[in-house]
Amino acid sequence: MSTVESRLLTGGEAVAHALCQIQPDVVPVYPITPQTPIIQTFSSLVADGAAHTEIVNVESEHSAMSAAIGAALAGARTATATSSQGLALMAEVVYIAASMRAPLTMAVGNRALSGPINIHCDHSDSMLVRDSGVVQLFAENAQEAYDLMVMAPRIAEHPAVSLPVLVCQDGFTITHAAEPVCMLEDAEVRAFVGEYRPALRSLLATESPASHGPFAMPDYYFEFRRAQAAALEAAAEVIAGVADDFASLAGRANHGVEPYRLDGAETVLIALGSTAGTVKDVIDELREDGERTGLLKIRSFRPFPAQAVRELAGGARHVVVLDRADSPGGAPPLAADVAFALADCDATLRSHVYGLGGRDLHPEAIRQIFHGVAPRYVGVRGEPCPV
Amino acid sequence: MPQLTEWSELPLAGAMAPGDAVQPVTGGWRTAGRPVTHLSSCVNCLLCWLYCPDSAIVLDGTTFAGIDYDFCKGCALCVEVCPVEALSMEPEDGA
Amino acid sequence: MSRLKTLVEKRHGVDPLRGGHALCQGCGIPMVVRVVLGTITRPTVVVNATGCLEVATTRFPTTAWNVPWVHVAFENAAAVASGIEAAQRALVRRESLPSVDDVAIVVFAGDGGTYDIGMQALSGALERGHRFLFVCYDNEAYMNTGVQRSGATPFAADTTTSPVGLESFGKAQKRKDMTAIAVAHHVPYVAQAASTYWHDLSLKVERAAAADGAAFVNVLTDCPLGWGHEPHLAPHVIAAAVETRFWPLYDVVDGRYRLTYEPLHPLPVERWLEGQKRFAHLLRPENARLVEVIQQNVDRDWAELRRRCGDDEKGALS
Repeated sequence: MSTVESRLLTGGEAVAHALCQIQPDVVPVYPITPQTPIIQTFSSLVADGAAHTEIVNVESEHSAMSAAIGAALAGARTATATSSQGLALMAEVVYIAASMRAPLTMAVGNRALSGPINIHCDHSDSMLVRDSGVVQLFAENAQEAYDLMVMAPRIAEHPAVSLPVLVCQDGFTITHAAEPVCMLEDAEVRAFVGEYRPALRSLLATESPASHGPFAMPDYYFEFRRAQAAALEAAAEVIAGVADDFASLAGRANHGVEPYRLDGAETVLIALGSTAGTVKDVIDELREDGERTGLLKIRSFRPFPAQAVRELAGGARHVVVLDRADSPGGAPPLAADVAFALADCDATLRSHVYGLGGRDLHPEAIRQIFHGVAPRYVGVRGEPCPV
Repeated sequence: MPQLTEWSELPLAGAMAPGDAVQPVTGGWRTAGRPVTHLSSCVNCLLCWLYCPDSAIVLDGTTFAGIDYDFCKGCALCVEVCPVEALSMEPEDGA
Repeated sequence: MSRLKTLVEKRHGVDPLRGGHALCQGCGIPMVVRVVLGTITRPTVVVNATGCLEVATTRFPTTAWNVPWVHVAFENAAAVASGIEAAQRALVRRESLPSVDDVAIVVFAGDGGTYDIGMQALSGALERGHRFLFVCYDNEAYMNTGVQRSGATPFAADTTTSPVGLESFGKAQKRKDMTAIAVAHHVPYVAQAASTYWHDLSLKVERAAAADGAAFVNVLTDCPLGWGHEPHLAPHVIAAAVETRFWPLYDVVDGRYRLTYEPLHPLPVERWLEGQKRFAHLLRPENARLVEVIQQNVDRDWAELRRRCGDDEKGALS
């Protein structure tokens, strides 16, 4: 087990250090707040020779993901990072990276989508690529951001998966806030991620050529999409296995879900990202007051842990889902997945949208949510409270 | 590669090696005759090979060796560029 | 041995692009591919932007490519190539590959994927100086989607989105000078070539492949369907473009312009216009003024090109 002391690192720095230890071959990247500390820290580390990575400072995020596909298919372990508008701009290529089964990793500093333009945290950028077929893991804090980044290459590169893996952390709240982070030793990380052995034949293997990225008519397209869905489903088990291996090494488990004080919980709150940490504090206070409540934190948003949600929350009386993204005119994304998972269960479902554009969610608001007296859009001025 | 029926049989990401992939026959595209060789006039300049959009000119080393009618679409570029009229467009057999 | 025989020999009996694809009868693109890939001596990986060449050669489960080939999207071929190039350098450092010269990276994109939607990625890749060759097969419109106008479509051409009508004479704008835009990126080698001037094209590809950095070659390529001519007349149509000086053949080596072909007897621009249905309306008497404008543009652009080449330099090819 690792004996490295903890360092004070922001989530952005933690991910940059994880990347440095992973030693990716190629990192094509374009700057955007709040991902910038990730790439700036990483660039400094590379400039000092701590990692020998080909950093390609591309001219847009669309090109970052495009170059990443090229590199990944050419036999290079590849990573990139982005946020918000950058993720939106590269969305076309994110779908393609998934369909081309490129096993790359991407650090996301979750930030609100324009407009208005806003640089602070919410999950709308991740939700924009919700259906793209990539794996999306959410960190609660800088430690988890580091851990998930170290785990990501093994998940992405597993032959049953071979998909892009996004490691998401809340913009500013995690990317820019310093916390104690326990890092593994360099050699431990190298041994953990291993050699890059992609399932796809390399573009540079000219003696055995293949054509990648075909055109498919209605007679084949559907089968390709079905195969992709199967890969994402297979990722759930792979994530569990990698999390177990990581736990053996680091003593910390980062599975698809984290149950927090769910024993006997009548009301279960469900959340993604840093807010889970605030919810845990409120859960502790409510438990002190005798309330039977707990948190089901989701780490793996895609693949969605439907079975775990059913098992851990299906028996509760009330399930309350906190979404840091909205789907105007429809169900917010996390609530939709939870509702689908709990369709045959008796629990009532409440859905709240909070924190868009970096609006903080305070413990008092979470108490109101728990007591059922918070409006659907929590913390918005002028929003009527339920009777 | 035989006709696939099931999604689990697809190559990963649809990446195809040429040896595994289908090579469709496009000779049926011809509508106005086919190029025919007059070999005694041929000087092996190889211009027909160079211009053919369908790689239908067959070579043996650097010697003209015939036309692959499975792929010839009948565009007549070879006839046009041949400097010694060793190629001409003729009706398809039986036309 | 003649250059043409060398192109043949290099194949070792295997065409990089084989038959059985769905490109049109008489399409001008495969010849460009043959000359480019036949000239480059190193093993090659092809990055193909969305367009005629890509769609017609790789409908699953077929492929017409005997070389490693990748298509990602329409606008990003140069970015994909940048990633492959960076991977090569990384793998050489990791000693997984013997040398960065191991594999040549060639992009094939149409004018749409070069002048318009592809321009950003191309500009970025040229600015960063990746070692690769970008070949534009310029047939002057979005042909694959039905002959829509692009930034490469010539002034007054009839396309489906710049149609000739009672109140329109076709495309109202001059075409972009993409070759000059590439030159402005200070890359080692830029060239303008034409598909059927294959010897000139092959020499340029050779220079481009030897460049220590990025190279861009813009190749005028005919489209019988989009331009409106009989497929077999392609050599005459392309020749008209060059001989009227509508499409000059030149290259730019480390910023130095060099004309590589000078028509002995330059033809009036009508010779270029008259062979193609997309320009047929210009030969009507009422459009004579437009033809004058086109001729003036050709003359002015030619004079400017001569000025850049240095008035007294003919730049004969060695």
